[in-house]
Amino acid sequence: MDSLTWIGLASIVVAGLTIGIGAIGPAIGEGLAVSSALSAMAQQPDETSSITRTLFVGLAMIESTAIYCLVVAMILIFANPFWNYFIQQAAQQAGGGG
Amino acid sequence: MEITPDAYIYWRHGFAKLNLTIVTTWGIMLLLSLVSWLATRRLSTGPDIGRWQNAMEAVVSLIERQTSDIMQRKDAHRFMAFLGTIFLFVATSNLLTIFPRYEAPTGSLSTTTALAICVFVAVPAWGIQELGLGRYLKSYLAPNPVMLPFNVISELSRTIALAVRLFGNIMSGSLIVAILLSVVPIIFPVLITILGLLTGMVQAYIFFVLAAVYVAAGMRAMGPGKKKAQQQDKEEDLHG
Repeated sequence: MDSLTWIGLASIVVAGLTIGIGAIGPAIGEGLAVSSALSAMAQQPDETSSITRTLFVGLAMIESTAIYCLVVAMILIFANPFWNYFIQQAAQQAGGGG
Repeated sequence: MEITPDAYIYWRHGFAKLNLTIVTTWGIMLLLSLVSWLATRRLSTGPDIGRWQNAMEAVVSLIERQTSDIMQRKDAHRFMAFLGTIFLFVATSNLLTIFPRYEAPTGSLSTTTALAICVFVAVPAWGIQELGLGRYLKSYLAPNPVMLPFNVISELSRTIALAVRLFGNIMSGSLIVAILLSVVPIIFPVLITILGLLTGMVQAYIFFVLAAVYVAAGMRAMGPGKKKAQQQDKEEDLHG
């Protein structure tokens, strides 16, 4: 296989792994956060609004780690810098050879 | 397929480019200005107020209440203009995704970085205004000077996080809809669009809350003198 195929293969496999592994941690973290927020709300129903607000901010912070993984995966698939570089190289070689 | 609206370029002159993000951003700015102008044209007090004024009052008082709730300060209305503008801009640009062929400018990393840089500049500006330069810079040495590099890194990384979070959420939403449209064009993309609208509103709120929290934290000195003053306040509260 030539280098372009290898780069494509590696990008897709690594993008899948990035999303797959990167979703595990945030999922556990969000589960823990929501469960403790629920028990806090059960104990202090008057504070529900402020607990909910803090919970949403915290969830967004936790979720952003998953979003980073998603952005990395998107870059690997759609905007891979190595991919573009090697396509340019191949075009130059084809232009120079032919 | 393009992942950001930056890639659609209308006009280019050397270094300067006019892309879809800029055009949409100006469109949203015009829309917001027009709506606020229309709504505040004939303001009135009394029992009969226009429906535009009514809607505008609801929005403004919502933002005011949220700001003072989050910042826990009496002078929270000072920050309302800045934080409310960010919220309204992000919320409007995410909300307009209900229209077909619309690309949210928040789905481009350049827009979200610009918003995050606004927050990055506003935090020390208000911090210095409140505490003075010396005490503000000293807050980077809290709890002890060993933490200085970590405080600086946290300042930078939270700005990057602010930008990438909004960008990632909106970009992934529009990208998933685009992919689904080519696979199942009938009902499923609509459901995902509704989910994207929810995410967009939540992200606008999150951006607003985080900006408010950062500004409020930047104005709070953590030096030993301040702590003592806070303790005295607390004791006075207890005794009084």
